[in-house]
Amino acid sequence: MDKILEVNNVSKKYKNFDLKDISFSLDKGYIMGFIGPNGAGKTTTIKLIMNLINRDSGFIKIFSKDNIKNEKDVKDKIGFVYDQSYYFEDMNLKDNTKIISPFYSKWNQKKFEYLIKKFGLEMKFKVKDLSKGMKMKFSLAVALSHEAELLIMDEPTSGLDPVFRSEILDILREYIQNENRSVLFSTHIITDLEKTADYITLINKGKLLFSDEKDLIIEKYSVIKGSLEILDNGLEKKFVGIKKHSYGFEGLTDSSNFMRKKFGDSIIIDKPSLEDIMLYMVGEKHETINI
Amino acid sequence: MKIVISNSSKEPIYEQITMQIKEQIIKGVVIEGEMLPSIRKLAKELQISVITTKRAYEELEKDGFIRVIPGKGTFVAPQSKDLLREKRLKIIEDKLAEIIDESKLLDISLEEIINMLKLLY
Repeated sequence: MDKILEVNNVSKKYKNFDLKDISFSLDKGYIMGFIGPNGAGKTTTIKLIMNLINRDSGFIKIFSKDNIKNEKDVKDKIGFVYDQSYYFEDMNLKDNTKIISPFYSKWNQKKFEYLIKKFGLEMKFKVKDLSKGMKMKFSLAVALSHEAELLIMDEPTSGLDPVFRSEILDILREYIQNENRSVLFSTHIITDLEKTADYITLINKGKLLFSDEKDLIIEKYSVIKGSLEILDNGLEKKFVGIKKHSYGFEGLTDSSNFMRKKFGDSIIIDKPSLEDIMLYMVGEKHETINI
Repeated sequence: MKIVISNSSKEPIYEQITMQIKEQIIKGVVIEGEMLPSIRKLAKELQISVITTKRAYEELEKDGFIRVIPGKGTFVAPQSKDLLREKRLKIIEDKLAEIIDESKLLDISLEEIINMLKLLY
């Protein structure tokens, strides 16, 4: 009932890429960060959610409705922000809006004009003259002007400077002050999610690695640093990922209590960042590359 | 109400919030019946995730410090006798700690303090 988005065992096969059995869900009122390295399948998943490409199997429900059977209804309440501009480049914002707004049953022109002004844009600007950041703000203004309950953003912050990204995060926090709204937000700039996201879904090479509360994920894992002498095969298995260098090792583990008991002060136990967790989980066993 | 969050602290953020709110309730900075900000408002203000503030409030509710009234908001709960006693003890302890610090500065021994207390009590 409280689920705003459900992705169930969704698969999509391409020649060089396979999205396999992706399942996760998002509750009303929360922000989910959708992360993974380039080519992991984030955009493919989002395109499947938006029904921009055909899925091979599985099903997707948005607002408890099938996203294909009820495509029109569902999209009416989704604010979609894509990493590429899909507007008419030669037209100004006003004319672009005239084309876009009739697609939405609850288009709010007043709100749109307010946001355009707030974001420092003008209706007479042509899309092709906008900077990357301004285009993003225009997209965001459109997404926020039709009473959308679900905001889906594909890499909204990539290529933007930290000040700009922080503004966007503020807007998202403001957006979910209404507890019926949710945000799905894909990014590879993980620091953006460290503070804002409630849930994190990580995919790699077309497979889901986890989808859980951000705080629980961070509490579950620790980064352990120590000397190579203590590292044997049995111990290495207790690490999700490990990096060795000439003077010691560093690894991600979910057995920090065991490590603390066994090695005490001879190791350092640190709280991981989300970025640490992603790097260790998607990283192959690290070997030095000779260049 | 004051809440300051450290990102480098080993304490999880939700625990930092519960500790600080508890302390302010015990000290009487926030009093019974006072309304607390909603989880969403607090998350926005502190620039943290909603689920973190939600967890903090759930802990506080479980420990009887706050009460959630659906549709109305979150309020500081009436404090039990035990809690009030604990709260007062805490104040006395703080004052004693002050006395000890002051005494150490003047090289007054524990025995001397105890004697002073006995005379005054």
